[in-house]
Amino acid sequence: MMIIEEIMNRDVHSLSPSHTVKDAITIMREKKIRHLPIVDDTEKIVGIITSHDLKNIVPSTIKGEKHLTTYDTPLEQIMVKDPLIGHPLDFIEEVALTLYESKISCLPIVTGGKIVGIVTTTDLLYTYIELTGANKPSSKIDIRVIDKPGILSDITEIFKKHHANVLSVLVYPSTSQKDSKIISVRVQIINPLSIIEDLRKEGFDVLWPNLPGVDSI
Amino acid sequence: MKNAVFIYSPEQLGYKFSDSHPFNHKRLLLTMDLLKEINALSDTDIVPARVATDEEIALGHDQKYIEIVKKAGHGLLTPEQCENYGIGTEDTPIFPNMHEASALLVGSTLQAVDHVMQGKSRHALNLGGGLHHGFHGRASGFCIYNDSTVAIRYMQEKYNARVLYIDTDAHHGDGVQWAFYDDPNVCTLSIHETGRYLFPGTGNVTERGNGQGYGTSFNFPIDAFTEDESYLEIYEQAVREVFAYFKPDVVITQNGADAHYFDPLTHLHGTMKIYQEIPRLAHRLAHEYCDGKWIAVGGGGYDIWRVVPRAWSFIWTEMNDLSLPTGSLPKNWLEKWQPESPVPFIPTWEDPNPLYEPIPRKLEIEEKNAQMLKKALHMIRAEKR
Repeated sequence: MMIIEEIMNRDVHSLSPSHTVKDAITIMREKKIRHLPIVDDTEKIVGIITSHDLKNIVPSTIKGEKHLTTYDTPLEQIMVKDPLIGHPLDFIEEVALTLYESKISCLPIVTGGKIVGIVTTTDLLYTYIELTGANKPSSKIDIRVIDKPGILSDITEIFKKHHANVLSVLVYPSTSQKDSKIISVRVQIINPLSIIEDLRKEGFDVLWPNLPGVDSI
Repeated sequence: MKNAVFIYSPEQLGYKFSDSHPFNHKRLLLTMDLLKEINALSDTDIVPARVATDEEIALGHDQKYIEIVKKAGHGLLTPEQCENYGIGTEDTPIFPNMHEASALLVGSTLQAVDHVMQGKSRHALNLGGGLHHGFHGRASGFCIYNDSTVAIRYMQEKYNARVLYIDTDAHHGDGVQWAFYDDPNVCTLSIHETGRYLFPGTGNVTERGNGQGYGTSFNFPIDAFTEDESYLEIYEQAVREVFAYFKPDVVITQNGADAHYFDPLTHLHGTMKIYQEIPRLAHRLAHEYCDGKWIAVGGGGYDIWRVVPRAWSFIWTEMNDLSLPTGSLPKNWLEKWQPESPVPFIPTWEDPNPLYEPIPRKLEIEEKNAQMLKKALHMIRAEKR
């Protein structure tokens, strides 16, 4: 299974607690980032600032005059102290769950007391895109099956018989039929008709494609 | 100058995987025969195909891959040895002399290119080409060599041309797109059924090109069950705006005929109507922007009896400014081929109306396609403002 060190961003931009709000705004703008870990001299993470936090404290530019004191405020005073952190060996699913349940958008990755990476919701979304997308030319076949042991093997046997290269398999619960699962297979073939025919011959419910509004998964 | 030439040799039918394979170039014979029956095509319009040289094929393919295809076609390799090259699969099985057959299809498209670029004819049609899935070093989706990719490189090198490639096959034109993804002087435009289920799965609106070529790749993925009106709305706006934006010297259109309701491999619900309109607009815009220079190739199309001959005939009649054939198909043609066809023919140029049961959620499908169009053309439209 994929672990966080495989997808984390290793090029971490950070500031120290004595840097100012102005410094944070500058670096976020230059590096096009939204999350800024705050580290001490030993690279230990002591806080975090997000662009959202900054927007809340920086006065509106519509008024014209700039409140210098706000811009000069040291980050120490406004950062979120002791943020949640992750470890390079954390599983991606665990990190996704942490972000979802804590309603946060990034996780600094720490090992040996030092920050070594950062993961954001965008990185996780990209992982999802890679998991579900077509990295190689392929067709997708969705099959609704009874939720019981051995089904996946019966299905892959049919793909094997056709020498069809399976690129990815996703299994998820059917929303309309509680005792069923959907198996979604990406297969490197332009003409899946003979495979579909064989699947149907074996009694599988091939949902390919789903006529919208007529048959819901 | 001649209006158009029709590239054809009987040997083009040698690109044949097996009797039961869905890709079947008997389509060429059926189309040609239909055009002859309505006196739209005469022997003086026909230019024989030629074989592309290895150097020409290498404009779009790896030399090593070419060697593999040669050896496989001469019985020197097992399917296992070809596996990494995409041949010997259920889609693209090995067949005798597959290199020679594929090289002829590439040469046919080059023949079409030379006629147009040397001013021997305004337009040229090679229905044997359009094998848009072929990759640099790998066969894919029934396609061994990618004649369009080779032809576009050939036009760049030999004629220094700026080329617009328009692909209306129901499958994404991935091979051609990736070949020119970094190239700002070739623009690829593909309208296809979304890759959510259909092969090859790519062709998202976000695929816009890379580096120097960013902004010269356009994708219009339409929903399964899309019907004529929505299809044509997307086609007309996409093609018009991309022509105006890119201003090509020459246009090459890939005319896969598999977006039809009858096509067994796809889920679009087009009728003959779209095949009347597609060449019409391509023709008009080729004159408006390219001094008429238009090369058309074939592509997919797996209902070779009821759909492809009629659909492809419209390209040729359009190229020659002939009036749109309407009414009954020639009796001779129907009687000659019906015994071989596993399905009853549609006896008229038009499809019966209605051709299928009404589609639920039609309005939402149209709305979704319209949203997609907006996203896909967003960059061009923003630039114009």
